Amino acid sequence: MNKTVNPKDLTSDDDYGPLYAARKKVYPQSVSGAFRRIKWGLMAVCLGVYYFLPFVRWNRGFGAPNQAVLIDLPNSRFYFFFIELWPQEVYYFTGLLIVAAVALFLMNSIGGRIWCGYLCPQTVWTDLFYAVERLIEGDRRERMKKDKSSDPMKLERISEIVLKHSIWLLIAWWTGGAWVLYFNDAPTLVKELVTFQAPMIAYIWIGILTATTYLLAGYMREQVCTYMCPWPRIQAALTDEWALNVTYRYDRGEKRTSVKKAAELRALGEQVGDCVDCYQCVAVCPTGIDIRNGPQMECIQCGLCIDACDNVMTKIGRPKRLIGYDNDINIQRRQEGKAPVYRIVRARTIVYSAIIVAIGGFMTYTLATRSLLDVNVLHDRNPIAVKLSDGSIRNAYTVRLLNKSGYDRVIAIDAHGPANATVHIIGVDSVTPDRPMIVIPRDSTSELRLLVTAPADDNPQKSIPVRFHVTDIGLGEVASATDNFVSP
Amino acid sequence: MTDHSEVDAVTGKSTTGHEWDGIKELNTPLPRWWVISFYLTIIWSIAYWIVYPAWPLIQSNTTGVFGYSSRADVAVELANLEKIRGDKMVALGAASLADIEKAPALLALARAKGKTVFGDNCVPCHGSGGAGAKGYPNLNDDEWLWGGTLDQIMQTIQYGVRSGHAKTHEGQMLAFGKDGVLKSDEIVTVANYVRSLAGLPTRNGFDAAKGEKIFAENCAACHGDGGKGNQELGAPNLTDKIWLYGSDEASLIETIGQGRAGVMPAWEGRLDPATIKAMAVYVHSLGGGK
Ligand code: SF4
Ligand code: SF4
Repeated sequence: MNKTVNPKDLTSDDDYGPLYAARKKVYPQSVSGAFRRIKWGLMAVCLGVYYFLPFVRWNRGFGAPNQAVLIDLPNSRFYFFFIELWPQEVYYFTGLLIVAAVALFLMNSIGGRIWCGYLCPQTVWTDLFYAVERLIEGDRRERMKKDKSSDPMKLERISEIVLKHSIWLLIAWWTGGAWVLYFNDAPTLVKELVTFQAPMIAYIWIGILTATTYLLAGYMREQVCTYMCPWPRIQAALTDEWALNVTYRYDRGEKRTSVKKAAELRALGEQVGDCVDCYQCVAVCPTGIDIRNGPQMECIQCGLCIDACDNVMTKIGRPKRLIGYDNDINIQRRQEGKAPVYRIVRARTIVYSAIIVAIGGFMTYTLATRSLLDVNVLHDRNPIAVKLSDGSIRNAYTVRLLNKSGYDRVIAIDAHGPANATVHIIGVDSVTPDRPMIVIPRDSTSELRLLVTAPADDNPQKSIPVRFHVTDIGLGEVASATDNFVSP
Repeated sequence: MTDHSEVDAVTGKSTTGHEWDGIKELNTPLPRWWVISFYLTIIWSIAYWIVYPAWPLIQSNTTGVFGYSSRADVAVELANLEKIRGDKMVALGAASLADIEKAPALLALARAKGKTVFGDNCVPCHGSGGAGAKGYPNLNDDEWLWGGTLDQIMQTIQYGVRSGHAKTHEGQMLAFGKDGVLKSDEIVTVANYVRSLAGLPTRNGFDAAKGEKIFAENCAACHGDGGKGNQELGAPNLTDKIWLYGSDEASLIETIGQGRAGVMPAWEGRLDPATIKAMAVYVHSLGGGK
C-alpha cells in the first residue's frame, strides 16, 4: 500500500520520508460476477448461521437446556446438538482447533489466502458494511466525490451519514447480541435484554462486540488484514509454488494498450496484450492494490478483480480470465508454449488431508464410544497409609464419580487388590457391606472419601495395585480406575 | 553517510539513507493509526502512574489520586464472601453433629470448611492430612486418647488438653524415674512387661512376674489391669499397635522414667462454634472416628 515514489518527484525535504503514513482510503467499486456471487452466498451462510443458530432448539429432556448450541459456563457444560461435553473433555476442543489449523493449511496450499477472501469474519463483516455504504452513499465515484466535496454539508448528506452509521451500529450491536446468546438460553436472554434484566456481563459483552465490529468493519477494514493479522505472514511461509493465487497473467496481458490501438496493431499482425489498462481491477479491489504488479502481501484472494476483468474482457470480445486463480509456473509454461498443469494433489495436500481425516476420525470414534459414567481416583498423600490399632492397614482415596447421562444412577463401588480388603465411604451407610452403594444425580459429579482397609499382614508388600469398579446397578455399565494400596 | 535522497531502483521507493553491508533500508513508514495508538498507550501508562499506587518512595509509595489499594479490595471481597456463606454457616451451627453427618450437603460443607480451618490451625502439630507425628496423635487411625465419637472429638477441640481452660482434659503420665518412684531396673522390667502386653518381643531373662507386679501397683490405676487404657483419663491402650511416643524399649523407658504430657490448646473463644463443629466433623470423617 505504500505509495511508489517516482525519483523525479523527490525533493530534498523528503530525504527521510515521513515518520508515519496516513491511510489511503479505499473506495472499492461494486462488481458482479462468479466470485462476487460466491462471496454473497458464503456471507449469507456465515451470517445466517452466526445470527440464528442460538435460536435452534434441541430436545434434551426435562431439566436439561433445549438449545442446540449452548456454552453453559455456570454449569461447565458445552452442548452441540446431540453432543454434550464436560470440562474434563476439553481435549475435543484441542482436537477441533488442530483440525481447524490444518484445514487452514490445506486451503492455503490449494488456493492461498482463500480463507481471507471468503470466510474470515473480518472480510465478511467488512463486505457487509461496504454493501450498506454503497446502498446509501452510492458507488465508488459518488463516494469519492462526496468525501472530497468541500461544500457545506447539506441536510441530505448529513442524513445519509447518520443513516449509514446507524445501520452499521445496528449490525454491530446485533453481532454482539448474537454472541451472548450462545452463553444463555436465547429466547429467555432476549426477553431479559429488552427488559433490562439481563446480567451486567451480557451488556458488557454486547458493548465490546458492538464497538469492535463497528470499528473493525467500519473503519479499520483492509488495514486489519495488512497490519494486524498475522496470517498473511504465516501463510507466506506455508505456501508453495503450486498454490493457486489470484494472478494477473502477464503473458497474456502485456503489452497494455487501449482497445482501439490494440485492434489496429492486431490488424497489422503485431503482438499485443489483452489488458486495456482500464483500472477496473484496481477500482474493485477492497485492499486497494493493483494485482498487475504481481503477488502482493495485501491481496486477500477475494477474486473480485477476476470478476471485474472478466466483465471487461467480455465487453471487448476477448477471452475471460486475464486475471484468474493461477500460479507463476503455468504462466512460464505458457510462455514456453507448453500446456499449463494444475496440481491440487501433491505431497502437502495429501499430508494435510490425512491429518484432518486421522484426527477427525479419532475424535468421532472417541465421541461415539465415550462413556457416560466415569470415575477418577486420587490417593491421599498425607498420611499415605494408616495403621489401625489391630494392626490392619488403611488407605484413603478421594473418588470423583461423573454421571454424564440424563438420569440418576444407583452405583456400587468395589475395590480389587489387597486380599480381604473392605471398602467404606464416609457419610454412606451401606446395606451391602464392602460394596457401598450411592446415588449420583443425573448430569453431575460426586466427590467421595473412600477408605480401603486390609487386615494385618506379616509381610506386607509395599504397594499393591488396587482397581476400583463402579457399577451402575440398573444398567450394568462399569467404569473403573486404578491406584495403589500402600503399606507404611 | 549515504545520500538521503536516494531511491531504490528496483522498488522505486525512497530509502531511509541507512545502509548495512551494501543493503539499503527502504522507507516503509508505519500507518498513522498505529503511531497514534502507540502514543495513546504512553499517555495511558502515565495516567496509570497518577491514578494508581505506583512509585516507591523512601518511606512508603505514591498512593494514587483515588487512594485505591488492593488490600482494601481484599477486605471487601472477604466481607462479601462472609455474606454469601452466612446462611450456610448458620445452618451448620444450628444442626447437631449427628445430623450433619447424615445430610450430604452439610457434610460436604463441614468437610470443606473444616479442612481449611484445620490447615490454618492444626497442621503445625498434627500434619496436613492429620497424619500426626511422634507425640502428636495421628487423627486418621482408630486410637483415641480422649474418645473418638463426634461429641468427644468436638469436646477435645473446644477445651483442649492441659490447656488451662476450665473444662480442659487433664491427665498425666507421671515421671516414675525422675520422681524416684521406680528404680532404673524396675523401669526396664515394667517397660518389657508393657511390650509383652502388646505382643512385642521382650528382653532375654526379663522377670514377667515382677513386671506384672510393678504394673499393677503403679500403672493399672490409669491404664487398667490389662493395660487396655482409659479414655476418661486420657490413658492410652497399651495392648494395641499404635504408640504415640514409640514402642521400642528405649522409648518406653523414657516415657516411664520422664513422664509425658502433651498439650492441645482450647479452641473455644478463638474459633466460632460453627467452625469448631465443622472441624470436628472433618476430623471425624478422616476415617478414624467412632
Ligand atoms: S487483488 Fe484482487 S483478489 Fe486480491 S484483494 Fe484485490 S480484488 Fe481481491
Ligand atoms: S481489469 Fe483487466 S483489462 Fe482492466 S486493467 Fe485490470 S487487468 Fe487490465
